[in-house]
Amino acid sequence: MVPLEHVIGLSALLFVIGVAGVAIRRNLIVVLMSIELMLNAVNLAFVGFNRLWPGTAEAPRLDGQVFVLMVITVAAAEVAVGLGIVISMFRNRDSVNLEDVSLLKW
Amino acid sequence: MPIEVVVKTLFIILVVVGALAPVITWVERKQSAVMQDRIGANRADVAGITLLGLLHPAADVLKLLSKEDVVPLGANRFMHLISPLIAAVPAIVGYAVIPFGGVYQFGDTRLSLVAADPDWGLLYIFAIGSIATYGTVMAGWSSNNNWSLLGGMRAAAQMISYEVTMGLSVVGIFMVFQTLKLTDMALAQDTTFRVLGFLDVLFGIPVPAWLDWVRLPAWGIFYQPLAFLMFLAAIMAENKRPPFDAPEGESEIIAGFHLEYSGMRFGLFYMSEFIEVIVIAGLVATIFLGGWAIPYLSTQTIIGGVGSVLGTGFATGLCMLLHFGCFMTKVVVMIWLQMALRWTLPRFRYDQVMDLCWKILLPLSLANIFVTGFVMLLVEG
Amino acid sequence: MTTQEILFYAFAALAVVSALGMVLNLRNTVAAAMSLVVTMVSLAGIYVLLEAHLVAAIQIMVYGGAIVVLFLFVVMLLNLRADEFAPGRQWLTKLAAGLVVFAAGAELIRLLSGELPEPGELPPGFGGYRMVGISLYTDYVLLVEMASLLLLAAIVGALILAKRRID
Repeated sequence: MVPLEHVIGLSALLFVIGVAGVAIRRNLIVVLMSIELMLNAVNLAFVGFNRLWPGTAEAPRLDGQVFVLMVITVAAAEVAVGLGIVISMFRNRDSVNLEDVSLLKW
Repeated sequence: MPIEVVVKTLFIILVVVGALAPVITWVERKQSAVMQDRIGANRADVAGITLLGLLHPAADVLKLLSKEDVVPLGANRFMHLISPLIAAVPAIVGYAVIPFGGVYQFGDTRLSLVAADPDWGLLYIFAIGSIATYGTVMAGWSSNNNWSLLGGMRAAAQMISYEVTMGLSVVGIFMVFQTLKLTDMALAQDTTFRVLGFLDVLFGIPVPAWLDWVRLPAWGIFYQPLAFLMFLAAIMAENKRPPFDAPEGESEIIAGFHLEYSGMRFGLFYMSEFIEVIVIAGLVATIFLGGWAIPYLSTQTIIGGVGSVLGTGFATGLCMLLHFGCFMTKVVVMIWLQMALRWTLPRFRYDQVMDLCWKILLPLSLANIFVTGFVMLLVEG
Repeated sequence: MTTQEILFYAFAALAVVSALGMVLNLRNTVAAAMSLVVTMVSLAGIYVLLEAHLVAAIQIMVYGGAIVVLFLFVVMLLNLRADEFAPGRQWLTKLAAGLVVFAAGAELIRLLSGELPEPGELPPGFGGYRMVGISLYTDYVLLVEMASLLLLAAIVGALILAKRRID
């Protein structure tokens, strides 16, 4: 069994790569994919900690895994709406570059 | 334990994929010929012996291996090269959880005729089916061709829509058999059940005990007939098999997503469709048609009956062979059914395919779950 | 090194490499989406190693089989050109990336030398669909209902956003 620090370290590394993706990339679709990567990293942390504290045989605790299912649901909903926004943006400005929708920037 | 897994894997790759799938191409040609009152392909021969056309698959393989491998100009080379793999591997890997037989006890060794038996076997099949989407989508996109892109998009939409229906129609079976493990599902179908029991449960008419001999095998198709029809439709659509072959509509978009493929990479697409036909046949046989269980002859009857005469070891071996033969018979019946459906029904229009999934099959599968739950509550209450 | 450890490090390396491939890929958005699929499938492998079987299957089915296909749909329909990092901000981008990696490395080193308690004994059937289902529908049934409402809102929202105007 892998020491859990390595699992959490992997989760932190993936989260950081996701944050870098959101910060660096200008393509809105890749930004959305980086957000998905961040959510996945968080899921890994949930599952890892649930493995650490699984409860007893009489009272097992599966809170981490249940919450991972909720995170996956929210991610699916967010991707649907986010891609709807991307399509609307593309129809209005013919580009998915983040710098082309900066009209509100001062 | 590892040697057993290696032997089973080799059996799957060499016998099922290597030998059975080419025979299915022959079956397609011959069955369509018989159905259409013609002779079919029978010219391939070795020194004058034609063997009814059974050498055509070998001729096909030789032809495909010797063709030039074309990657279209402007295409994404890497994606174009790996798309056939992404399409073929999920089809082959799907065999891992299909039980070709039960679990047999030979003295102190247990032999189970299934390669892998996770607790969530049926979910594994759905997960693998989800990955198979990418092969067609990447093939369609990476060919730098409008027709391929159309075929790939149609394939993607069709496959992800029918995955939902596939999952929901099996929920009824899940409720009846209380397990997702395919070996347990096959084991639960090894008995018979009283048919007239529903009169007692639903209408309160007491059934006299002398009518107890009216029994049906406890197969999934008798418990959930609607789910059988819906699952068959959904999984044939998942395989892009006619009548659901709008993605490779030969008269509309030339060859759809495998237009720009030639040689053995086209052969991989072609083969993966037939490999998946056998996976579908095995799955439907396991879930709905009783798997390896012989109707009206449960395992205990065989082992008890034959074992008392010829010894338990021999009886168990005979039982294993009988069960394997029974399973393969059911697989052959399901393959015949899929071929018959392919050559009978015309291709659905693409909007008809989507309508069928979202407007007809999805509400029906939800209704099926509701009715199944209702009947189960009545039976247990 | 046991088989489990080898598998874990292999999946972890694959996940990190494909995540980097997704974030740093400039020429080809479709290749970025496929790298994301590889990340998700390798994370599903790690979930199986951590005894979360149902979550692993659902990760492949939902994330790998539906969400990224949705991304691919949009990318293919919009037919996007190649991307590039913002001109004139290259050095700032690289500095930011370097700082982020440094922070990640420092945090990792700190975590890896810390101490977490030993993983407990597993209840039988842990991570199987039965136990997750019981937990989901007894302790967390309100979450399930809220998730269904959220999905309904998302469906209606996506439909309205993507519909073409008739007027």
